[in-house]
Amino acid sequence: MTVTLDSKVPAGPIEEKWDNHRFGIRLVNPANKRKYKIIVVGTGLAGASAAATFGELGYNVDVFTFHDSPRRAHSIAAQGGINAAKNYPNDGDSIFRLFYDTVKGGDYRSREANVYRLAQVSNEIIDQCTAQGVPFAREYGGLLDNRSFGGAQVSRTFYARGQTGQQLLLGAYQALARQLAEGSVKLHNRSEMLDVVIKDGHAAGIVVRDLATGEITSHSAHAVVLATGGYSNVFYLSTNAMACNVTAAWRAHRKGALFANPCYTQIHPTCIPASDEFQSKLTLMSESLRNDGRIWVPKKAEDPRPANQVPEDERDYYLERIYPSFGNLAPRDVSSRAAMRMLEENLGIGPLRNGVYLDFADAISRLGKETIEARYGNLFEMYERITDENPYEVPMRIYPAPHYTMGGLWVDYNLMTNVPGLYALGEANFSDHGANRLGASALMQGLADGYFVIPYTIADYLADYLNTDPVPTDDPVFREAEAAVQGQVDRLLSINGTRTVDDFHRELGKIMIEHCGLARSQAGLEKAISEIPALKEEFWKDVKVPGDGESLNQTLEKAGRLVDFFELAELMCRDALDREESCGGHFRVEYQTEEGEAVRDDERFAHVSAWEWKGEGAPPLKHEEELVFENVALATRSYK
Amino acid sequence: MTTTEQPTDQRRRRRPWIVEVYSTDVGKKYAMAISGIIGLLFIFFHMIGNLHAFEGAAELNEYGEGLRDIGEPLVPRTLILWLFLRLPLVLALAVHVHAAYSLARQNQRARAGGYEMRNYYAANYASRTMGWAGVIILLFLAWHLADLTWGVGAVNPDFERGEVYQNLVASLERWPVTLLYVVAQGALALHIWHGAWSMFQSLGVNNPRYNHFRRTFATAFTIIVVGGFLLVPISVQLGIIG
Amino acid sequence: MDLTLKVWRQAGPDDAGQFKSYQVKGISEEASFLEMLDILNEQLTLAGDDPIVFDHDCREGICGTCGIMIDGVAHGPQLGTATCQLHMRKFQSGDTIVLEPWRSAAFPVIKDLMVDRAAFDRIVEAGGYISVDTGAAPDANLIPVPQPASEAAMDAAACIGCGACVAACPNSAAQLFTAAKVMHLNLLPQGQPERHRRVVAMVETMEEYFGSCRNHGECEFACPKGISIDNIALMNRDYLKAKTIDARTTGR
Ligand SMILES: Cc1cc2nc3c(=O)[nH]c(=O)nc-3n(C[C@H](O)[C@H](O)[C@H](O)COP(=O)(O)OP(=O)(O)OC[C@H]3O[C@@H](n4cnc5c(N)ncnc54)[C@H](O)[C@@H]3O)c2cc1C
Ligand code: HEM
Ligand code: HEM
Ligand code: SF4
Ligand code: F3S
Ligand code: FES
Repeated sequence: MTVTLDSKVPAGPIEEKWDNHRFGIRLVNPANKRKYKIIVVGTGLAGASAAATFGELGYNVDVFTFHDSPRRAHSIAAQGGINAAKNYPNDGDSIFRLFYDTVKGGDYRSREANVYRLAQVSNEIIDQCTAQGVPFAREYGGLLDNRSFGGAQVSRTFYARGQTGQQLLLGAYQALARQLAEGSVKLHNRSEMLDVVIKDGHAAGIVVRDLATGEITSHSAHAVVLATGGYSNVFYLSTNAMACNVTAAWRAHRKGALFANPCYTQIHPTCIPASDEFQSKLTLMSESLRNDGRIWVPKKAEDPRPANQVPEDERDYYLERIYPSFGNLAPRDVSSRAAMRMLEENLGIGPLRNGVYLDFADAISRLGKETIEARYGNLFEMYERITDENPYEVPMRIYPAPHYTMGGLWVDYNLMTNVPGLYALGEANFSDHGANRLGASALMQGLADGYFVIPYTIADYLADYLNTDPVPTDDPVFREAEAAVQGQVDRLLSINGTRTVDDFHRELGKIMIEHCGLARSQAGLEKAISEIPALKEEFWKDVKVPGDGESLNQTLEKAGRLVDFFELAELMCRDALDREESCGGHFRVEYQTEEGEAVRDDERFAHVSAWEWKGEGAPPLKHEEELVFENVALATRSYK
Repeated sequence: MTTTEQPTDQRRRRRPWIVEVYSTDVGKKYAMAISGIIGLLFIFFHMIGNLHAFEGAAELNEYGEGLRDIGEPLVPRTLILWLFLRLPLVLALAVHVHAAYSLARQNQRARAGGYEMRNYYAANYASRTMGWAGVIILLFLAWHLADLTWGVGAVNPDFERGEVYQNLVASLERWPVTLLYVVAQGALALHIWHGAWSMFQSLGVNNPRYNHFRRTFATAFTIIVVGGFLLVPISVQLGIIG
Repeated sequence: MDLTLKVWRQAGPDDAGQFKSYQVKGISEEASFLEMLDILNEQLTLAGDDPIVFDHDCREGICGTCGIMIDGVAHGPQLGTATCQLHMRKFQSGDTIVLEPWRSAAFPVIKDLMVDRAAFDRIVEAGGYISVDTGAAPDANLIPVPQPASEAAMDAAACIGCGACVAACPNSAAQLFTAAKVMHLNLLPQGQPERHRRVVAMVETMEEYFGSCRNHGECEFACPKGISIDNIALMNRDYLKAKTIDARTTGR
């Protein structure tokens, strides 16, 4: 199909864009809503909130998840909190400031209009969730408490202990459960979507595989909404849950949806370093720890002494040294790179010399153990479980790990991809965070998309299809898609080689973290671009997938997901190579100041890179969406 | 704003409240707890009453007869006893046993085979043997009534109506009978030690400030009642009574 | 460290299933329990056997997907810990470890150590929510919640829906899960309008699948989130109240 990149950003002053737009777009009258069928893939914050709201509005909804229950979605793991411009603490916050901070935090690579809308609806999210019974932290007066988070200079983060994501997801899940009971929404759990079906250039439905029985079925609808999360697991080791994957988004990409800014990935500074090569995933230690912990390494390389025996004057509190004004609260991308440089000068600590210290000794002596325990008790406990070290006595060991992916399916202001009728929400789209996401703003975006954006914008598309039936699932387009899915399953099972899926995934991860991780170089990226297809080829020759396709087969699931990670990984490297600048989570060693700070190139790269799939082996085609900044002046991010 | 109505609710609501509640597991637990409490009260005062044995034959007989004579001559003999002690007891026991039985069945259905290996942290011997202990108590009760209340010949040959003391001694002088009583008390101890704690939970009596007293109560109650009961057969064996 | 694993293998829901023994060698103390199983599975795969199926996802004790009966204890020997947070340093080299799936008629085995916990979702669908359509909510601070109430609700809301309570309960009762779900909402002001409908619907749906509570208290110990059985007592109280008062008199 011919691709047109129209962001559909409404005209008018930024404060009025969203209102004008909502007034401008068409509606579907209540009586007609039940005539429409909508497919939602994903039951995380974005998917569950969207499906529940569609159900409330009266649409016929089918919701799919590969988890056993909607409540398992990876959103459950979010710890720190969710932002909103409520300004309850009266510390000068406002919709505009949240908007401004987010655009700046994203290193001026996001779409102003989307970000402003996000800030606008952020307040309604808090109202909605509170009414649902989300037990946000409260002050003794019974009103909501806020904390400052991720280097913001105002306290705008709402939280529920260290389990904010869990509580928000339970809220959305319960809203969804209510619709399930009413029958307006039908749940298909343990059902993995393996292809998007497109007819006459419009989304017609999806093909799913029942993970328990292996049965492959087609489902059609007037519109398909993907809310399938991020792709950090392309790095093998990340803070994401084991099952997080790019398959849904990637299948859509192969069917014509553009993939935007794939190289924008976030490496989170405070994670527990790997302990051995069989490590299956990395665990995040909430960013909030940086409010009281001090980060340091010994000045002497490969210092053999245990932390407590390193005298004060032989410690380098490097963040405080390099960024006096923000110190330990420097943004994620900045502090992650600083840590990386320390390891490069092999100042790393711990048994494997793969970490830096996060020290609470000062805070404990200043505030007392009780206060620290009240603030971080559950996190310290989590840390001790994993490392068997007591953070009250010895400093924590932390190191950056892949955590979040700003890139994703390209969507317009209505959250519709370039494929009519195909939408993307939450982490699966690229929309609001530019080149770097601020803490506590992903939960905000997921819920904004699902509760307050898509329910309005989808009507504008559906209006045209009143009294039309969805494409029947026995249509050839569905048959072909099913055959293709079955084909891949059979092919994977038939190889019967000598290497396991995890073995290949681990190798892919090593390539990606080395060449497309914290620091990227032309040479490295070119190397990766040559290595990845070779690895993929070997995978297809030598992978071993035991068992059959007719019963539950976890290896088969992993293998299928890895196939798409190979192709995504290559695109990430191409995008990183193409973007000859350093911005946010994307750091090209060729473009930095002598102090090692990122250097943007607004002349050439103030745009979204949206890639079009051109078929196996063929190089992808890049489309550009220019980014115009009318309300925020482009400036160099400085946290010194 | 719509809400999900459980169709089952609709159907059930027409039944009388008591049936309605008893038809659910949680309701049955209320029934067990309440019938259990009646049982607890009874055995407590029964234990006290038994201690009259230490005052000698006359007193105990008097007490025994006394119970039966309450209300005379206004109402026929033993009527009050029947109305206010025996009837409630029989009812309570019936309810208690029925609930215990149907819940046990329900749990049987809910389980899917046992575990190859099993370690308990909280569930103790008492809580896991409520049913068996109950059955033993039931059997004991049958014997006990035949023995000391109805005076079934086969059970207590030299039983004489009204001669509570003599009957008691006559029966408990036989060491196997004493043994039976002791064993029964063991079962009772287990049963009420968990029961007297568990009933608070079942009845929703829960207040963090006082919760720890619930165990203490159960333990103390068990020791007093069972201890008190045991004095009599043991004393008979030692010849302190008789 | 070297270990012997005695693992329940069951090809599918209808298969009878049996135990199989496996040797795993050279496991590091630092490895997590599930990583140990990953390693075993890699060996099995290369040896041409079917790897052991077990449920897991977040691997940090929050999603509630994992759950194995380890040596007769739900989630294994470390209290207040989900299976995925358990580390091998809790075991001795040379140990024999027995792995079984959650066992309850309401949790049919799907394969090996994986069970179907859909019954939990049915309980929530029966009434485990507050009916507020998107957009219908007032400003969040218009509903002040006494801090202790909000803390108590949060304690209950911490439930991760893992099913260990059912697995550990000698009666296969789901009282702790249901009580956690009910009390999370019934303790909050926002939850009051539907308080009675909720507890009745959820308890009665629970009873369609699970056993009854004899107050063994085993669930409380198995629970990785330390949900207290106090919630069970509170739920029982709410239930009788809801059954006793006439719906029309609610709030009088
Ligand atoms: C450890 C951790 C901590 C975090 N902390 C915070 C925080 O404090 N604040 C914050 O704002 N953000 C935080 N984030 C980021 C945030 O949690 C996520 O970005 C956000 O929850 C993503 O939500 P989602 O709905 O887009 O996707 P997810 O929650 O990942 O849901 C994806 C859904 O899609 C389904 N799915 C995926 N693929 C398929 C398929 N092929 N077929 C069928 N179903 C499919 C899955 O089953 C799942 O239901 C954190 C992330 C991590 C990893
Ligand atoms: C060793 C302990 C016990 C002794 C010595 C004992 C003694 C007696 C005696 C002497 C009587 C006859 C009273 C009379 O006829 O006036 C009696 C009656 C009875 N006992 Fe016991 N008893 C003991 C334990 C128990 C226990 C544990 C229970 C219940 C679980 C029990 C239940 C009864 C009942 C129901 C009666 C009949 C009361 C009536 O006449 O209505 N006894 N007992
Ligand atoms: C006679 C046969 C009896 C049987 C079969 C029996 C059985 C049981 C069982 C199975 C329970 C546990 C119920 C549950 O929690 O699921 C129970 C509880 C209890 N029983 Fe009995 N019992 C018997 C007699 C008695 C007697 C005589 C007493 C009093 C002395 C008694 C007092 C209690 C109490 C207080 C409880 C606690 C109820 C609760 O947990 O709420 N029982 N009984
Ligand atoms: S109550 Fe505890 S054990 Fe039961 S499901 Fe919830 S978290 Fe798991
Ligand atoms: S173990 Fe079972 S009996 Fe009740 S207290 Fe817990 S549910
Ligand atoms: S895997 Fe998520 S809780 Fe264990």
